[in-house]
Amino acid sequence: MTAPTRERETEFEPVYHRYGPHRAGLPPLLPYFRELWHRRGFATEMSRAEIRGANSKTLFGQAWLVLNPLLLAAVYYLLVTILRGHHDPKVFVHLTLGLFAFQMVSHSMTSGTKSVVSAGKLLINTAFPRLLIPLSAVRTAVFHFLPTIPVYLVFHLIFLTRVWSPSMFLSLYFFGCMLLFSAGLAAFFATVQVYFRDTSSFLPYFVRIWMYLSPVLWLPENVAHFSKTVVTIIQLNPMYAMLGGYAEAIQEEKVPDVGLFLSSGLWAVAVAVIGFLFFISRERDFAVRLT
Amino acid sequence: MLSVSPDPVTDDESERSPYAVRVEDLSITYRTTFERKPTLKQTIVRFGRGERAVHVVEALKHVSFDVRVGTAMGIIGSNGAGKSTLMRAMAGILPPTTGNVEVWGKASTLLALGVGFNKSLSGRENIVLGGLASGLSRREVEERVDDIAEWTELGDFIEMPMNTYSSGMAARVGFSVAVHMRPDILMIDEALSTGDAHFREKASAKMAELRDSARAMFLISHGLGSISEMCNDCIWLDKGRLMMRGRPDEVIDAYMKYVKVKKSATTTEDI
Repeated sequence: MTAPTRERETEFEPVYHRYGPHRAGLPPLLPYFRELWHRRGFATEMSRAEIRGANSKTLFGQAWLVLNPLLLAAVYYLLVTILRGHHDPKVFVHLTLGLFAFQMVSHSMTSGTKSVVSAGKLLINTAFPRLLIPLSAVRTAVFHFLPTIPVYLVFHLIFLTRVWSPSMFLSLYFFGCMLLFSAGLAAFFATVQVYFRDTSSFLPYFVRIWMYLSPVLWLPENVAHFSKTVVTIIQLNPMYAMLGGYAEAIQEEKVPDVGLFLSSGLWAVAVAVIGFLFFISRERDFAVRLT
Repeated sequence: MLSVSPDPVTDDESERSPYAVRVEDLSITYRTTFERKPTLKQTIVRFGRGERAVHVVEALKHVSFDVRVGTAMGIIGSNGAGKSTLMRAMAGILPPTTGNVEVWGKASTLLALGVGFNKSLSGRENIVLGGLASGLSRREVEERVDDIAEWTELGDFIEMPMNTYSSGMAARVGFSVAVHMRPDILMIDEALSTGDAHFREKASAKMAELRDSARAMFLISHGLGSISEMCNDCIWLDKGRLMMRGRPDEVIDAYMKYVKVKKSATTTEDI
């Protein structure tokens, strides 16, 4: 639906809506986002329902929210230890930090991609700002991320006992950037998926390659010796700036470069604006495509 | 924008628009690719053959009508006549291809019943989800959730996951949610087809109550009996065209003649 024109909010004045021809194009954005905010409770409940529903038939139930990151960390610990031939605590702690954050972005993206297409009946039977659907998927990804924080802190306590500094709070900025970035990606790929259903099949491979290209399994200093062109290409990856700044703030007791702040912020805002506007401009067409 | 129309207000006590819904020259065309799901493989095969598999389905063709406040309108027609499409257009879900739809009021849609939002959640949780989907705030939902659950008469089942429900039980939940939203405009698509006799009676009573409080009600049904019983206005759609508008009995008679079905017990009852 386009954002309805709300004349007055009183009980006696009826709400007036006018629906005209509209295939692609933006509705008035202010009322749209007002309506989106008004309906945020629905996105919250959709995401909560999904989290509750997902593990309802398993023995461990909601404990999977903590088990998942633990197992993931264990698998990659084995991998990295075998590849390097020795136990390197710094690499391991960096890996878990990057891995959990990257997982949040990639989960937002992959589940956001499928969110609109799988909303099916809900979408063709109820009118609401559709952007709530991918945003709800992002919320789910964030709630899967939250239990990884204590898991990480335990590793940090064990392996980086003395690394605590106020600069850690700067990581919140980079986390915020990743969040906004994820939301933009989720909206963008959700729209693409409606028109091209193979998107969700390609994504896992894309995500995996993207992870190898991002500073998750390696540290920025590992690539410093490459030629300038290669390093520039590596740095063009939005996750390079976001994960790099995030990890530096948390693990290196220093304030990350201004360049990392700027690059992260710009990427996040640009992707969010493009993703949201692309989604909103197409969302009225979704019902037609999904019937 | 106009919220109050310049037309003189006839019978309404307030100075509201005399219309609840106005549909002007509404056409809706679905353009779908031939494959139900557009995939790369099909795309490549099609590119190779140099063809474009676009299917145009004209669901509604130049439909115009207006509905005054206080109308309970029945919508009848054969399968595929465009009834549900019309409802979705009035609810603002499907954008018109041409034409306009104007709606005065908050619409609550009860389209395609038994839409369990999440089958692994309990009936009560789905009620909350459904309420929020219709645009209520969390507090409003929490105020109503007990009434809604009570009204379904599902007893302890309301705390069980929806995948343990029969289709009739799921329909009860869906219906109960829709009628408790205090909508200005209520749209019901084949609401009573899965309920048992007791529930159907209860639902009819509830709909009659809502007909008096809501600004307008739309009822799609193949049970022509309930249309003539519940509605005071009726339109008949056939292959996307508006064939007739008038009093329910007249329209139903014309429709019966058209489809050459003798008026019998089977057609007038909700099956």
